[in-house]
Amino acid sequence: MSATPRLQLSLGPVLFYWTRERYANFYREAADWPVEIIHLGESVCSRRRDMKLDDWLGLGRELTQSGKQVVLSSQTLIESEADLRDLRKLCDNGEFLVEANDQSALQRLATAGQPFVAGAALNLYNPAALAVLSRIGMQRWEAPVEMSRDDLTRLLADCRAQGLDAPCEVFAYGHLPLAWSSRCFTARRYQKPKDRCQFVCQKYPEGLALRTQEADQVFTLNGIQTLSGACQDLRHEVGDMAEMGVGVARLSPRPEGMAEVISAFDAARRGELPGPDPLSLVDAEICDGYWHGRPGMDHSRTAGLR
Amino acid sequence: MELVCPAGNLPALKRAVDEGADAVYFGFQNTTNARQFAGLNFTDKRAREGIDYAHARGKRVFCAINTYPQPDGWDMWTRAVDQAADLGVDALIMADMGLLDYAARRHPDLARHLSVQGSATSHEALRFYHEQFGIKRAVLPRVLSITQVRDLAKKSPVELEVFAFGSLCIMAEGRCYLSSYLTGESPNTRGVCSPAAHVRWQETPEGLESRLNGVLIDRYGEGENAGYPTLCKGRFEVGGETYHAIEEPTSLNTLELLPELQDLGIAAVKIEGRQRSPAYVSRVAGIWRQALDRLERTPGHFHVEPAWMAGLGEVSEGSTTTLGAYERRWK
Repeated sequence: MSATPRLQLSLGPVLFYWTRERYANFYREAADWPVEIIHLGESVCSRRRDMKLDDWLGLGRELTQSGKQVVLSSQTLIESEADLRDLRKLCDNGEFLVEANDQSALQRLATAGQPFVAGAALNLYNPAALAVLSRIGMQRWEAPVEMSRDDLTRLLADCRAQGLDAPCEVFAYGHLPLAWSSRCFTARRYQKPKDRCQFVCQKYPEGLALRTQEADQVFTLNGIQTLSGACQDLRHEVGDMAEMGVGVARLSPRPEGMAEVISAFDAARRGELPGPDPLSLVDAEICDGYWHGRPGMDHSRTAGLR
Repeated sequence: MELVCPAGNLPALKRAVDEGADAVYFGFQNTTNARQFAGLNFTDKRAREGIDYAHARGKRVFCAINTYPQPDGWDMWTRAVDQAADLGVDALIMADMGLLDYAARRHPDLARHLSVQGSATSHEALRFYHEQFGIKRAVLPRVLSITQVRDLAKKSPVELEVFAFGSLCIMAEGRCYLSSYLTGESPNTRGVCSPAAHVRWQETPEGLESRLNGVLIDRYGEGENAGYPTLCKGRFEVGGETYHAIEEPTSLNTLELLPELQDLGIAAVKIEGRQRSPAYVSRVAGIWRQALDRLERTPGHFHVEPAWMAGLGEVSEGSTTTLGAYERRWK
């Protein structure tokens, strides 16, 4: 038996609106993947209701039996009293840890004395902010998506010096979540008001490409959320992450090919992934700029060619 | 309702005060505030002058320190807080939880306002900031409908300030990383969005092109008005259609909502635009002063003067205005 790797892998919540069948098939497979943590739940839009809280809890129990740590991710943009009611139910689920993606969730969890995970949209850029959340029960935190390797190295060192030891998670793979709006951009494409969107986003299990007039895919529309056009891929950086003291690498679900992605990251954390071939073409749909302190859309191997 | 106006420099501050602002807000000349533009903002000396000018006329001054302290810059942000306290500002406008905590401990008697960059869109979120950091007021993100603002206002533990006029952010503020994805610099990290240093204009056979760090944001045909290439206001192709896929170039204007905002107990209306000229500030402050005075004098009979709308239209992005998310069907 090989030693437990220092770096854990997590599956982020599915950001897209899938069908019940797709979620079921995806998590049936995920039960056997070498990831330690699985985030469940609808974190983008409250109108997406194919999966109810009870459905997520049921999935969570099955995945727990497969040895996974299950975390429920809360909705990032809270707008209405109905959103707050759903949030309360999620926070009070009584079984699973919750990932807070908004201060509304923090308030609920802190008041109830529940430990929590802090999501990337909480904007934790410095030890003072992390100290505030540590005082009220933060168990793990995800770095902001735009934070570079150098900044994170410094932040982690400062946290250690101050005795802040909650593990840090890095968004290592997938379309980067970059913005949330009260407007639904997928419905806008179909000239439908959000209140009568007819759930058109469910037709796009990997979002809807937004391209420049020169056909560069810069963003991906996912209902009220805007994601990166390229898919961030830090598989060649996981050794570095472990050295820096990052605790968890997050892999964000895509509808196809996740098994291969996860096995590559699993190999990488064991030091068994071959390095990138410098002569191979870089896939235009891949980016890693943020990690290298550059615009997020850049790719380190083509930097300077632009 | 208090009229809160932008002051990008000392002349703008004075014009705002002269035209009837009840309060003005400003930032220092570094990345500690969300309008970091070359040649804009205040030195210590200018800030002192501005604060004296406003205070002598019975007006209040707020200092925006509303970006997120970066891992290599904590001292710059805390120095800004201490400096603003020494200057005797009436309130600090902040977003970062660490900085709010610092200010609450170091300067407990100085009012703390939650910046729009703090992304508080529910009364639970407001309660969090209130209980943890004792905020007195919060500026609401421009993502809520008027009905949602009404629900929130009923249960808010703090005073509310809402955006009344100016450039329209349509993403939940504080949680938009689109700018750094294209340029490496964002509102949170550097106090900029779609920064000018990355903008290129080029005449081509297809038309006038605007680019942000090489990415084509828009292309203008003959006779079309070209606007600043804010990345969310360009024309892009989605599913075979080319259009303003995220938002049109337009400004927020809530004049007609004034009676309703007053009815909800909103404490202050905010004018956006520290990056705009003193002439803009003067024009907008003057019109909003008239509107607020009208509201005060003739409760129940408020109506919007066409001249006000025309005046505001002239200084609006794309010369058009919208009610934005306040109006449900905009979403």
